[in-house]
Amino acid sequence: MTGVLVIGAGPAGLAAARAALRAGASVTLLDSSDQLGGQYWRHLPDSRAGVREDRLHHGWDRFRALQDELLEHPGCEVVPSAQVWAIERLDEGLVVHVHVGPPDGNRRPSRELTPDAIVIATGAYDRTLPFPGWDLPGVFSAGAAQALAKGERVAVGGRVVVAGAGPFLLPVAASLAQTGARVLGVYEASRPRALARGWLPRPWRLLGATSKFGELASYALSHVRHRIPYRVGHAVIAAHGTDRVEQVTVARLDARWAPIPGTERRIDADAVCVSHGFTPRIELAIAAGCDIRPDRFVRVDDRQHTSVPGVFAAGEITGIGGVDAALAEGAIAGHGAAGGGADDPAVRRDLARRATFTDFAARIEAAHGIRPGWTGWLRPDTLVCRCEEVPYGRLRETGRATCSTSLRSLKLSTRAGLGICQGRVCGRTVEDLLGRESPGGLLDGTSTDRRPIASPVRIGELAAAHGRHTSAATDAARHQHQ
Amino acid sequence: MTPDVVIIGAGIIGAACARSLVRAGLRVTVLDRNAAASGTSASGEGNLLVSDKGPGEELRLAQYASSLWPDTVAELRRELGADFPSLEYERKGGLVVATTPAGRDPLLAFAESQRGAGVDARVLTVKQALRLEPDLNPAITAAIHYPEDAQVQPVAATEALLASARLGGADVRVGVTVTGGIRAADGALVGVRTSAGDFSAGAVLNAAGPWSGEVSRSLDASLPVRPRRGVVLVTTRMPHRIFHKVYDADYVGAVGSGEAELQTSSVVESTAAGTVLIGSSREQVGFDNRLRVSVLEELAVKALRLFPFLAGASVMRSYGGFRPYMPDHLPVIGPDHRVPGLWHATGHEGAGIGLSLATAELIAAQLTGGVPAVDPASFLLTRPSLAALVPEVA
Repeated sequence: MTGVLVIGAGPAGLAAARAALRAGASVTLLDSSDQLGGQYWRHLPDSRAGVREDRLHHGWDRFRALQDELLEHPGCEVVPSAQVWAIERLDEGLVVHVHVGPPDGNRRPSRELTPDAIVIATGAYDRTLPFPGWDLPGVFSAGAAQALAKGERVAVGGRVVVAGAGPFLLPVAASLAQTGARVLGVYEASRPRALARGWLPRPWRLLGATSKFGELASYALSHVRHRIPYRVGHAVIAAHGTDRVEQVTVARLDARWAPIPGTERRIDADAVCVSHGFTPRIELAIAAGCDIRPDRFVRVDDRQHTSVPGVFAAGEITGIGGVDAALAEGAIAGHGAAGGGADDPAVRRDLARRATFTDFAARIEAAHGIRPGWTGWLRPDTLVCRCEEVPYGRLRETGRATCSTSLRSLKLSTRAGLGICQGRVCGRTVEDLLGRESPGGLLDGTSTDRRPIASPVRIGELAAAHGRHTSAATDAARHQHQ
Repeated sequence: MTPDVVIIGAGIIGAACARSLVRAGLRVTVLDRNAAASGTSASGEGNLLVSDKGPGEELRLAQYASSLWPDTVAELRRELGADFPSLEYERKGGLVVATTPAGRDPLLAFAESQRGAGVDARVLTVKQALRLEPDLNPAITAAIHYPEDAQVQPVAATEALLASARLGGADVRVGVTVTGGIRAADGALVGVRTSAGDFSAGAVLNAAGPWSGEVSRSLDASLPVRPRRGVVLVTTRMPHRIFHKVYDADYVGAVGSGEAELQTSSVVESTAAGTVLIGSSREQVGFDNRLRVSVLEELAVKALRLFPFLAGASVMRSYGGFRPYMPDHLPVIGPDHRVPGLWHATGHEGAGIGLSLATAELIAAQLTGGVPAVDPASFLLTRPSLAALVPEVA
């Protein structure tokens, strides 16, 4: 029987696991969280009885059905709280190294998996551009605010501003309103012309797919119901306060997202939620050796197969497409990973559904993609890397002083991206800003997405695992290369 | 205008040579097919060690380098200003310990021989060692303190040397690949062909580190430099609990070994940023940079022998790189006797950061007819230990 490993239990991973099981494979499904559903179906733990979860979640029934089928299937092993910390590429194949237990645990059991096929469905997290004051308590990434609202039923503040770019701002505002916050406004950086290029002037219209339409229409209705103003061509360009956010400055932006002087206005708020798009979590795909496209998504063929034999990818790491695309891609990937044919009846519907969403990522980029003028709201002392407290001014000075064209060198000289988050928050911003200081761009061909150690591991855990592995395989690999 | 010297490689060796040569009045162009400081110089800990070298020419070179660093750091700071990233130069001292009863006597004897060669190597009792490093494993069997060992941030040092060379007139071209040599009628090398056109030069200096074998081959002269892979683990930031470069005496054996299979020995130290670096491994696997979990595990086991408290520390990152390995464990510094016009400054294995300044002075002295501070004979390709490995050019 084919053994399929699915990494990530969001919509794409769940769909992949189900399709692989239905195609006759045995499945191991890993997720770093302690429950299934991913970011999209983030919910209260069962112990705290999800009363009316369906009110906060679109497609909640679909999730329950998926989850139940997997949990009841004898061929499916579901492993929550599983941190994949490394994927080793031996000549014989991939070895997936996993620790099971809380991320901060120090004696987590380790497992090494050598499946016949892998589906990587690690999703994305939201990207936040820095602005003065973004390190104040009370500033949240929209994803974090959404997670608190959905997973904890906690609103991040009483008077909340939502800002950034992209359709994700709408569900975040809706969740906040549902948990009792007063949402003072949603500020979308893109201007009408860009939005029209991607969608139509209203983002909840014209989304290609009816389910998307229904979902976004309900957010729009929620906005109307909660009287949430939606302003385009505006951004939060600063947050103010001593111990936490007390005010934000909102300004109009030009088409390049540069703030227009004289349009600033202050708003009293105790929280601000910001998202400027998504960063796919591609470090495991990179570790597995998968080819990455120039737009930094994992390259897949029409079967969701990556450039590495036996490795499939689905969901947001292959392009930001939303839940429907993720479900379709996951099903196609899982079916393929189990050895199923590309045009089997089992996946015919998914192939058709995926086709509906093929241009979604391009439309989001056209409508909401980050424009270069945003650096206009930075100040020299604005922190870019919060872990290592590296301000924008130091990035520029170091770039100019050294004339360096090496990302690695500049990171080591400035320490940007070297902190505990390993550039997950700031990496792409750091690359963007450093690239601007070096005409001709950065040459060393590396990226902040490369993290061979994908999640922190205790030295004690590493030492405990020593000698337990098939060192013969490693030795064989080594000798071949001499 | 034709440069006097074209340097191939903008790592720390090329950067240091560029600076020394412009200060000696030569016109210099530095070429790198990638970015500066993006190879071996960005993959190590920044060791400036005398402690790991036994009496001999390499130790003399290391002692000379050690004498050059403090003044050079001060000069660079004056030249480049306070905005330039700090070199984080620190003469923090090394502490070398034996962790087994069998390791005790060889370490003491090694230190004794070093003292004979002028190294400040102080034998400590376990109690004294624990005063220097309170969290050190008290089960160690011997400890030597080397106050001369120092550390530098290798990337910042490389960029600083290069920036200084630029101020002195050096032309640094990155993203330029050397494709071959330009020969005069008498066979002398008078320049290089590159992806960005031809560069004529009075001399061509090969400072391409682990890739210098490849570069040398493209100039029709073989060189037995091979890549030797190493991996360093980086922990999350923590309160400062490790104060010296602390390493297991078996490190000296691993450095000196010619074995191709994995060798690890523990080297542990903290950085100015608060992380702890854990090395070191040595493997000959070509330019294969794939992560190997068994190597990480072995490093972890050995680090705990020195500092048991590290069991609870988290590794957030690892980085690997390639050292330029010479089969007789000595760098090549000087002219290639087979090809007039070709020079080498390479093969320093893991000691290149520390030895860079001394290497550069040796190259400058030989190129300009000055008197080298250290006898260069042991670093020439004509040395007896390379006799079988350096074929005459066909």
